[in-house]
Amino acid sequence: MELKGRGILITGASRGLGRALALAMGRRGARLALVARREEPLTELVDALRRDGVEAHVLVGDVGDKEAIEPLVGEARALVGPIDVLINNASTLGPTPLRPLLDTECEELTRVLEVNLVGPFRLTKAVGGSMAVRGEGIVVNISSDAAVEAYPTWGSYGVAKAALDHLTRIWAAEVEGVRFWSIDPGEMDTAMHAAALPDADPATLRRPEAVAEAIVARLVDARRTSGSRFDALDGVRAEVA
Amino acid sequence: MRPAHAPRYPRDDVRLLIGPESARGQPRHARVSALTDALVPGDLVVLNDASTLPGSLEAHLVGDEPSSLELRLTGPPEGGRVRAVLFGPGDWRLDTDERPAPPTLSVGDVLQLADGAPAHVVAIDDVHPRLLELDLGPRAWRRIYRWGRPVQYRHLDEPLAMWAVQTLFAGPPWAAEMPSAGRPLSWRVLAALRQRGIAIATLTHAAGLSATGDRALDAALPLPERYRIPASTVEAIASARRSQGRVVAVGTTVVRALEDAHLIHGRLVAGEGRATLRIGPQHQLAVVDGLLTGMHAPGESHFELLEAFVPPAAAAALHEHAAHEGYLAHEFGDLALIWADPHWVEARRDSNESRPRSRCSSRRARSPWGGNDFAPGPTSHP
Repeated sequence: MELKGRGILITGASRGLGRALALAMGRRGARLALVARREEPLTELVDALRRDGVEAHVLVGDVGDKEAIEPLVGEARALVGPIDVLINNASTLGPTPLRPLLDTECEELTRVLEVNLVGPFRLTKAVGGSMAVRGEGIVVNISSDAAVEAYPTWGSYGVAKAALDHLTRIWAAEVEGVRFWSIDPGEMDTAMHAAALPDADPATLRRPEAVAEAIVARLVDARRTSGSRFDALDGVRAEVA
Repeated sequence: MRPAHAPRYPRDDVRLLIGPESARGQPRHARVSALTDALVPGDLVVLNDASTLPGSLEAHLVGDEPSSLELRLTGPPEGGRVRAVLFGPGDWRLDTDERPAPPTLSVGDVLQLADGAPAHVVAIDDVHPRLLELDLGPRAWRRIYRWGRPVQYRHLDEPLAMWAVQTLFAGPPWAAEMPSAGRPLSWRVLAALRQRGIAIATLTHAAGLSATGDRALDAALPLPERYRIPASTVEAIASARRSQGRVVAVGTTVVRALEDAHLIHGRLVAGEGRATLRIGPQHQLAVVDGLLTGMHAPGESHFELLEAFVPPAAAAALHEHAAHEGYLAHEFGDLALIWADPHWVEARRDSNESRPRSRCSSRRARSPWGGNDFAPGPTSHP
């Protein structure tokens, strides 16, 4: 999918992978509707993008809040036109330090599910019907190795991401004409990673900019089958990572 | 006829009254979930893909009680400017015609919205002093989405949330009120239509306000409403025609857009326009063969449009039958599928031969808005 002029909605856009995706897509002339909970870092990003001639808009909202979804999507459509790509990137780890399931309150688990699973579900519903009737559109659900491997203390987050991966598959099975992908970005040098694993050596981590470029390349060639799950850097040359 | 008191879930679990396909036929009772059975391969369903704005905004004159007034947008903002109907004090639990009249405003007056920022009155329509044009500034969309709520209805039990007033396929944020005929179309139904070889196309029409509580203003409804017909939809209609498929409009707004566009050019052309054509028993349908719509009663503005499809007596009889059978009315109510009676449609030409068909809207001459965005083209009166 050629990204120039396309309407892109990215959640969790103010930092980390979301921010890198906004910059990468902005460079290709996409029209960006950027969602984050905090206005200041988002406004800083949008100002920087606009200085570079990119059309970008600030949408402050919490994807875990049911009431926030329709106004966010509505305003996004008003500003950038039809949403052609939805990037469900906003995620919460839940309380940190991460903790075993026996030490996790049920409300903590349900909050993580609200943000990481139900939020993307609601957003996909809000844009997916229009995409399906138009016969085009891409929904990217950002996944994690924690969705596949059973890492102790990654219970809430891992469960939500595993469920999100399965949503991707079922969306794909039900809705022809729209592409649904689960993309595992790998371990990146971001604030979220530092919150989860403060002792990690940044030199061993991927740069979010490289991951974002790889994801954008996938959007443009759109060769991956709908419903598939893949590593963002799968098939990318080692030196790019 | 009783209104539905709340949005229904699943959305397709509503009744469908299928009107007769010939003058001597009988109506049939069905459900929207089985809509596919009422159509045949080669038919085309045309949807209005407008999403519903949170078009009800609290307002007050500076110095007055906050939220003492209500603005209801009649359509989307354009360049920061938006048209709205001003309502007096009261809220949705009060019938619109029971609310006290709002103050009469003048150009230059400034209303304040819930965000504490101004909305400048830049024009007053000469149709009615409650019909205003406002300048909401460069952040118009943000203000509407942050502070607006969907228009509410007195006959409902609970306030409506934004997610309750959207069709499944909603896109461009143009509708002041939900284009409600499309609400019951679930993914199950749309997928089943496609599976059966029934095509689906869309257009966007800025479905407007249904009632204002003021008789003079209500008589002027519907106001000129913006629409946009994609080239792919024009092609889908031509394709359906070629294979003797029927064109089914989902909602009166789709009829308005297609028939208006056809009338301007003498044929259906893609592009944008403003629907000003008043469709009623004097109009000869040129594009649409069937209409999926809610339950409209004689006397309501939408009912007149049904009389382009079938004689007034037949339309009234269908309504009577539905009321007797307990069908539900209004935006979350049941639907009817009304097929145009070919003899009636043909006879519209004869009834019009003695007088030229006009665009029938003296409102346009007086209003500061209206007019048409199509480039001037050939018009023809058959």
